[in-house]
Amino acid sequence: MAWFESLGMALIDVLIAGLMLIVGLFPEALSAPFDYAFMQRALLTSILVGAICGLLSCFVVLKRWSLLGDAISHAVLPGVAIAYLLGWPFFIGAFLAGAVSALGIGALERHTRIKSDAAMGLMFTFAFALGVVIIGKIATNTHLMHILFGNVLGVQYPALMLTLFSGVVALVAVWVFYRSLVLYTFDPMQAQALGFNTSVVHYGLILLLTLTIVASLETVGIILVVAMLITPGATAHLLTDRLTTMMLLSVGTGILSAVLGLYLSFLFDVASGGAIVLVATALFAVALLAAPRHGLVGRWWRRRRGAAAMVP
Amino acid sequence: MSEVVHQSLPAVEVRHVYAAYDGQAVLEDVHIDLPAGEWTAIIGPNGAGKSTLFRILLGVMKAQRGQVQVLGQEPSAQRRAGVMAYMAQQEAVEWDFPISVRDTVLTGRYGHMRGDAFWRRIVPPRWCDPRHWAVVRQALKAVDMQDYADRPIGALSGGQKKRVLLARALAQEARVLLLDEPLAGVDTASERLIMKVLDGERRSGRTVIMVTHDMDSARRYADKVLLLNRQVVGMGAPERMLVDEMLARTAAAGWVRDHEPLVEAS
Repeated sequence: MAWFESLGMALIDVLIAGLMLIVGLFPEALSAPFDYAFMQRALLTSILVGAICGLLSCFVVLKRWSLLGDAISHAVLPGVAIAYLLGWPFFIGAFLAGAVSALGIGALERHTRIKSDAAMGLMFTFAFALGVVIIGKIATNTHLMHILFGNVLGVQYPALMLTLFSGVVALVAVWVFYRSLVLYTFDPMQAQALGFNTSVVHYGLILLLTLTIVASLETVGIILVVAMLITPGATAHLLTDRLTTMMLLSVGTGILSAVLGLYLSFLFDVASGGAIVLVATALFAVALLAAPRHGLVGRWWRRRRGAAAMVP
Repeated sequence: MSEVVHQSLPAVEVRHVYAAYDGQAVLEDVHIDLPAGEWTAIIGPNGAGKSTLFRILLGVMKAQRGQVQVLGQEPSAQRRAGVMAYMAQQEAVEWDFPISVRDTVLTGRYGHMRGDAFWRRIVPPRWCDPRHWAVVRQALKAVDMQDYADRPIGALSGGQKKRVLLARALAQEARVLLLDEPLAGVDTASERLIMKVLDGERRSGRTVIMVTHDMDSARRYADKVLLLNRQVVGMGAPERMLVDEMLARTAAAGWVRDHEPLVEAS
């Protein structure tokens, strides 16, 4: 495993060096914060998290899975706590907990008369409560705060490597299984009728979602990752009627929010996770107003012009 | 000779099928053959089990009792083999989805793409084998939607949406077409076009099975009518099934069974 780790670290160093070249193009006032090594790591992490979340948020928004994303992200908490107790790497516990709760939600939905929103609410509050109780017993409040709200300025190499790894897995999976994922999201009945194994696609997409949440844990935390899984996709959905364009725009807004949020949090000394989500929401607000076809201003303008054209 | 044998084989054999949701029977002892190469209209009130029968024919749902075969094989195997194409009701599709008319019809080819070269299967669908695009163009032309190929599907009217769904089903090049309410909420021009296309499919040897509420088009186009309400009420030529007495029996069949099913020999 040692070669794998050193390869990962070398790759990260190369990526950071490349980023610094780009940052160097900006005026001194903008690039100054990135002289610190911790800011360089934070920048790379933010870009990766913004990109992965942006990609997956297209599926979350189109599949109406916002609440499921919320549920999985909360359910990750006891996994982190139990992994800490057992001395495992935290992401293994987080991943298992997310997957188990998603399966539990699916089982409740399918085999009882409980409806899906109640099943999700029930599972994620249970898991979250369990996590809060365990963490209260074993660790300090700072730990809990970092898991809940992220600590991107304190990101070290192992977490950065995990994020990079998750990003590569998510990208490759979406690329290779594009057809299954898109058809399942668009029209599950048709996917079934064409002979796709929809339960495999369903749980595959849930695992990707869990992976994304785990990868974002240290950056924005499990509460605010939900915003990064909804807002970029929602923004992009307002801007285009093409799925591939939507994915690119969503990844773009994800990265832009993460980078701008990080910079502003440094500048004004505010919580970085919160700043990232606020920027993402501001971008959404701009799209909501100014999107060409689906924006409020455009619609108002067309309605006014349409009304004017009616008048003889 | 083989042609004759093929014609006499039923496309769909339903053998004593019983299906229920939460213990509530939806289909009771349904036992019927649907002829190959013909156009069958399934008529029955809401909740008569028509959609359930479709789900069983597609093999996405299993009957609690009884057997179903499509062209001599298990439905789920035939579904994976691409023997059946299914046209859903309009409400089943997410029309806000960011996808063009052309790409929607291309999803009908996704089953066939499993046979393509490996590299074609992992690149985005727009670089798929050109023969798929040829089929898509043909299907769009058949339903007269070629001028709308680049439009997002959300910008279409009700009749146009139906025509896109039909084009997607045609693009599957399946031997059996299953259509769930192909005429619900369409304008007369679209209706005429859809019926003309289905008639052409039937003439080229395909089996057409549609669920409908539209008695007039069933009378005009279908070869056979299956009256269904939890049980088979009758099966035969439209002019003998779509009469007041048979329709009254169909309406009552959800609660009582006081007649043997009237099944005409084909």
